[in-house]
Parts: sequence; structure tokens; C-alpha cells
Amino acid sequence: MMQPVKAVVWVVEGTWRGCVDAAGRHLSADVQVALVYVEPSDVDEVTAAATAGLLGRGFTRHRPTRRPEESTGQRALEFLVAAAKRLGREDAELIHRRGRPEREVIAVLAQDVDLLVVARDGDRSRLGPHSLGHATRFVVDHAPCSVLLVWPDEPPGLESMPPPG
Amino acid sequence: MPSPIAETLAVVLLAGTLVCAVLRPRGWPEAAFSVPAAGFLLASGVLPLGQAGTEIRSLAPTVGFLACVLVLADMCDRYGMFEAAGAWMAKGSGGRPVALLALVFGVASVVTAVLSLDATVVLLTPAVLATVARLRLRGKPHAYACTHLANSASLLLPVSNLTNLLAFSASGLSFARFGAIMVLPWLAAIAVEWVVLRWFFASDLVGRGETNPGTPPPVPVFAVVVVLVTLVGFFVTSLLHVAPAFAALAGAVALAVPALARRRAKARDLALALDVPFLAFVISLALVVKAVSLHGLSSVVARLMPDQVSLWSLLAVATMAAVLANVMNNLPAVLLLLPAAAAVGPAVVLAVLIGVNTGPNLTYVGSLATLLWRRALRQRGEELPTSEFLRLGVVTVPPVLVVSTLALWASLKLVG
Repeated sequence: MMQPVKAVVWVVEGTWRGCVDAAGRHLSADVQVALVYVEPSDVDEVTAAATAGLLGRGFTRHRPTRRPEESTGQRALEFLVAAAKRLGREDAELIHRRGRPEREVIAVLAQDVDLLVVARDGDRSRLGPHSLGHATRFVVDHAPCSVLLVWPDEPPGLESMPPPG
Repeated sequence: MPSPIAETLAVVLLAGTLVCAVLRPRGWPEAAFSVPAAGFLLASGVLPLGQAGTEIRSLAPTVGFLACVLVLADMCDRYGMFEAAGAWMAKGSGGRPVALLALVFGVASVVTAVLSLDATVVLLTPAVLATVARLRLRGKPHAYACTHLANSASLLLPVSNLTNLLAFSASGLSFARFGAIMVLPWLAAIAVEWVVLRWFFASDLVGRGETNPGTPPPVPVFAVVVVLVTLVGFFVTSLLHVAPAFAALAGAVALAVPALARRRAKARDLALALDVPFLAFVISLALVVKAVSLHGLSSVVARLMPDQVSLWSLLAVATMAAVLANVMNNLPAVLLLLPAAAAVGPAVVLAVLIGVNTGPNLTYVGSLATLLWRRALRQRGEELPTSEFLRLGVVTVPPVLVVSTLALWASLKLVG
């Protein structure tokens, strides 16, 4: 196998530790690493829709729907820094984007990336099916590069696999 | 003026008022359109002065009650109650996403019931999102839990939703009786939301977040005590045949006076929390809806109402109310349906409430407004909301509606 030149580790809340640890185990020190975190925009969209549903009732005009530390992306940056630290690669490129996670990750991968490291985030109580959430499935399907799909924690045993239909 | 022309005029002005309330051209308040619309209907004689006077007199106590609740919720935020609730949920969850979701469900349901849905959407949701970010968990299930429960969990008390306040005065029920009948439908709605959200967002409720979210801020004991005393006050005033709005007023004053004295809030903040333009919007919208009702629509609505109360008739009324709330918006929907529903009895009024309160989880603002709103977003080049919220609405609203109405039916049998 050709040695990857540039690898992207997709850090997502909940599964990022296992994903970063697996990247640390599998990527050699000479691989250029970028960590990507996508802040999902749909959370803001749903709160905006609910606020609009109040027809401006009470205090809505005068208050932001997000705290300043969230809207400036400071939290997202702290998250990426924590991931780089855990990986032991403080030289890693930190990529913070906002939007639909699956689309944004594919857009990052299209920029001459050789390998994506991504964690399973669906039902992890057994060996498949549905071990990939919606966004992860989309990314694995559409990735224009090789994909290293990791179990963020201990994989279940073979006996957990559903019997053949 | 001949009735068909008057009716058309009133309907056009109602639609215009709602569209402007959602789009708010130039950032003007909702009342900037609804007050002139009501004024025009009065001046043109479409809405007779006497009718308008009666409507305003009957609405005034409800609007006063609403103003007190708005101030009470705003003051709770200024005392740091939502910040403290966020920190408490972070600590209690131990970084486990499902445990956090359960705590968000509990807090959002109680905040909605006691301080109204506005408090959940505007004050609690940002605190929950900040908590989720601090714990490094995915925000979507928790954001949806807040916005959905703001509607579904607003069934319990007259103060939980403006629609309830309007229905409360029309139903003739006491505060305590309203709560006693609605406790089962409220619990049923929350239970259905839990089952569906837990399943829908299974892949977002994974892993473990940070277990040490930092030092929590102090619990604002004074504000919590005032809210609890106010809650007891709602029931006590109702037993003493005093308007429960006075309990809300006392609670708002008890929090506002020390807040002003200690400069936690300025007089301007209090005025903003009171939101006089919104109160004017409610009154003027009610007048526009009255004009629509007067010229023929009221008899149509009355024909749609059942003659007697049965499980099927309650289900039909709740469904009709939910559909209407999604076609226009739940506020005009409840104004339109209430007089005819109240004529049949309080059971039908409560079925209307189940429809208008839980129905908006499908489109939030109403479909007409949603369409225009999406168009405005597209024109501004902003990203359109995903189809996800519509899909979630489709899988939650029908079961919530049916199960809550069944619970209402059981409740009416039990409480009588």
C-alpha cells in the first residue's frame, strides 16, 4: 500500500477520542495530518424556526439565540486543539467549518487528501447493520479517497453478528 | 358593507398581518402591521366598535397575565436560573448523551409548563446548547427536544402557552381544574416525544462527553423560591376565586424590585421584557380574527364543532385544530376556534388546545408563513432548513396528538 501523504481525521462529538486514538495508532509520524470539525448549521436552523413560531413573542428581539463563545467558534477551536493534543500532533492543521457536516467533510477531502479517518457512530452494540449514522454513511459513500473506518471503542464479538437471513 | 366583501377584506388583512409578523419587513415589530389592519377594519365598519370593545375588555386580563409571565421568565434569566439549570444538567448527566437528553426533557417540560413555551425557546434553549457544547456532545437531539417540548409540553397549565391563557378565560375552568385535567395529556405528550426522539436521533446520542464540565454557577435560590411560591399562588388564588394573574404579578414584582435595586436589570430591560408592541399585536390580531369570524366564518366553524363530547369528536377537533394551526399559525387558529368550542364545553376547548399546541411541531410558524420564510431565506442566500425537521414533525405530531387526546378522554372520565 502506498504511504498516505495527507490524512484527515474527522472529529465528531461523542466518538472523537476513539477516532483520534486509532489515528495515532495507524498513522506514521511523517504523515501530514489535518483535523476537521464541522459545526452543524441545522441546530441553528431549528432554533430559528422555533423562535419564528413565537411570532416575536416576548424578549426574542433583544436576545441572541447563541452564546458568544459558540457564535465566534471559540468552542469549536478548543475542541480541535484538544483533539490535536490527544493525538500528540500539535503541528496538525486544524480545520473548522460550519454547515452540513457530510457535505463539508467531502469538500475538505476533495483537496488532495489521501486518507480519511472516521469513527463508526451508529448502533455499536453488534457487528452491523446500522453501525454508521446518516452523515457518516454519506461520507463513506462519497469520499474521494481511502477511508479508515474505526470502532471508537472495543468492537463487539463475532457472536453479535445477526444470523444470515 | 356586504358580507362577502367584508369577509374577503378581513381574510386578506389577516393573511397580510400574519405574513408581516413572520417576515417583519425592515425589522418592524409585528404590531406595526396588525394595529393599522385592525384600525382599518374598525374605520371601514367591517368590525363594529361595540364588538371591538367587548373583545378588548374580555382580552385585557389575559394580556395582563401574559405580560406578568413574560417579565417573570425574563427575570428568572437575569437571576441566572437557566445558566444554573444548564450547569446542573451537565453535572447530572456525567457526560452521557442519553442521560443529558433525559434531564433536558425534564427541565424543558417543567420550564414550559411553569414559565411558558417562550421561556423554553428563548431562554432555556441557548443554555442547553451551551451545555451540550461544553460537554462536547452533539447538539441536535437536545435542540429538537427543547423546541418540540416547548410546544408539546405546553399543555399542562394556563400559563404554559398564550393559547392556553386565551382558552382558559373562554373555558370557565379554574386554574387547578385545568391543571388536573391536563396532567395526563401533558405526560402522554412528553412520553411520546421521548420515545420518538430517542429512536430518531439514536446515532447522535453516542459516546461519552466531558465528565468534568467545570465549576457550576451558584443556584439562584431566591428566584427558584419565588417561582415555586408563584406556582402555589396560581392554585391558591384559583381556589379563592381570585384571578391567578395576580399571583403572576406578585411573582414578577418580587423578582423585578430587588433586581432593579441591585442593578441586575435596568428599567429599560423591564420595559423590553414587558414587550408592549407584542401585547398590542395580540389585541389587534384578536380584533382582525374577530372581523373574520363575524362575517360568516364563525358559523362555518360552529358547524364543524361536535354537538356532544365523545372520544371521536375530541380526536376530530384536535386534528382540525392542528391542521388549522399549521395552515395559518396557532394563535389565530385558537382565536378562531375558541368561541365555537367554548359553546360546546370545556372538554372541546381542551381538545382544541391539544391540536393548536402540539400541531406546530410540524411547521412551527404555520405552512403559509413557512413557505414565505423559506423564500426570504433563499433570496438572502442563506441555507434552507433541512427536511429533517419536517420528517421529525411527521413522525411525532400524529402520535402525540392521538395519545394526548386519548389521555384527555381518560382524564375527563377520571376527574369528571
